[in-house]
Amino acid sequence: MIVHIPSPLRSYTNGASKVASEGGTIAAILLDLDGQFRGLRFRIVDEQNQLRRHMRLFVNDEMTRDLNTALCPDDELTIMQALSGGI
Amino acid sequence: MLLIGTRKGVFTLRSDAQRSDWVLGGPIFLGHIAQHVVLDPRNGSRLLLAAGTGHLGPTVFWSDDLGVSWQESARPPRFAADDRLNRTLERVFWLTPGHPSQPGVWWAGCTPQALFRSDDGGETWEPFLGWNDHPMWETWAEWPDPQTPDGSMLHSINIDPTDAAHMVIGLSGGGVFESHDAGLDWKPRNAGVEHPMRPLQELEFGHDPHCVRMHPLRPGRVYQQNHCGIYRIDDGDARWTRIGDAMPREIGDIGFPIELHPKDADVAWVFPMDGTDVWPRTSPGGIPAVYVTRDAGATWQEQREGLPARGWFTVKRQAMTTDSFDAVGVYFATTSGEVWASTNEGEHWRRIAAHLPEIYSLEFSDPASALC
Repeated sequence: MIVHIPSPLRSYTNGASKVASEGGTIAAILLDLDGQFRGLRFRIVDEQNQLRRHMRLFVNDEMTRDLNTALCPDDELTIMQALSGGI
Repeated sequence: MLLIGTRKGVFTLRSDAQRSDWVLGGPIFLGHIAQHVVLDPRNGSRLLLAAGTGHLGPTVFWSDDLGVSWQESARPPRFAADDRLNRTLERVFWLTPGHPSQPGVWWAGCTPQALFRSDDGGETWEPFLGWNDHPMWETWAEWPDPQTPDGSMLHSINIDPTDAAHMVIGLSGGGVFESHDAGLDWKPRNAGVEHPMRPLQELEFGHDPHCVRMHPLRPGRVYQQNHCGIYRIDDGDARWTRIGDAMPREIGDIGFPIELHPKDADVAWVFPMDGTDVWPRTSPGGIPAVYVTRDAGATWQEQREGLPARGWFTVKRQAMTTDSFDAVGVYFATTSGEVWASTNEGEHWRRIAAHLPEIYSLEFSDPASALC
């Protein structure tokens, strides 16, 4: 499946905005991505397996925070940063 | 070389031994929060950066070519997935190289107030359970709710150069803690220090040291710039002495950093700030000034020649440093993005960088004078 990578994480994907991954759930996809791009998962999910507060995940057009969400091979996963202001 | 950690990335200032002309380098990791940048004095080549962004969490990067290229730690500081308190790391705040006899060891102080150790030069990190799982941790640390503005942190990791098993750390808030068994057990060491909320009561812990410095040539002597004053304790002392009582009354003895002369344990510099009213944390009266003691705190002298007549910035706890030349250089950096230098132990100051982002940390490092 295709995974869309936000610009702050593209230093992990050699600049790629879209990468291919395989897995039946979001959790499996993130593990697969971490195997391809070391360190990427920990930028999205903390050590207690929680999606970081300002990260957002979309399966196709549906937002979810459930890492156990089941995925089909034709789904697209989009990783985004929340619009949460800044200084 | 000066290593500058800012709200928006890393900058460097390089000079020769004359320290007259400084060349600005960077930004490196523009947009990242660069909390602390430290060169390993044991090899003069490995550079570690405690970094983060608001969204992506904390991490550590390392470089072996003085910042030209960087690698992220393969296993950055993080709590275990089965951590007994389900803790998650929010910030890597402080980095300290380990004892010279332990060349790969580094320590990281964090938010929440945890300690992490690397045995391989910062490439992988593990929670240091002697502190993080100490039976008193939840009592000593600000947990689960941080009380300190801008977050609670563990800082000022001091390793005794004469005894690798002797460590002193600072918690904001929480106090000073000491270990004599390489961190397996810890004891509070706060007797004599005023507590910010209970000035009339002697408490064992809960204090707010802003910066704690062990003197490298006399490790039994420790100075601290506390929320409630400037203190010193010497080997054998049961209690800290408030040496800030000798500061001019109209200036007071509140501040963030304290920096020590590398060759004279009686000499220390502070940058007082206004701790009245709502605590503006700028210089008293808006008149920036360094103060130096040359007699271990018995007396203090103002050093402001060359500094602006008025300025409304803060010097944070990691933003003051010294070099090791014969006439010791003293440096400080400001929240307004300026770096100031003195090449005569604070007698005269000049600005060597401006218009940088808010500066969190400043470290002098000499790659040519590695310890080994």
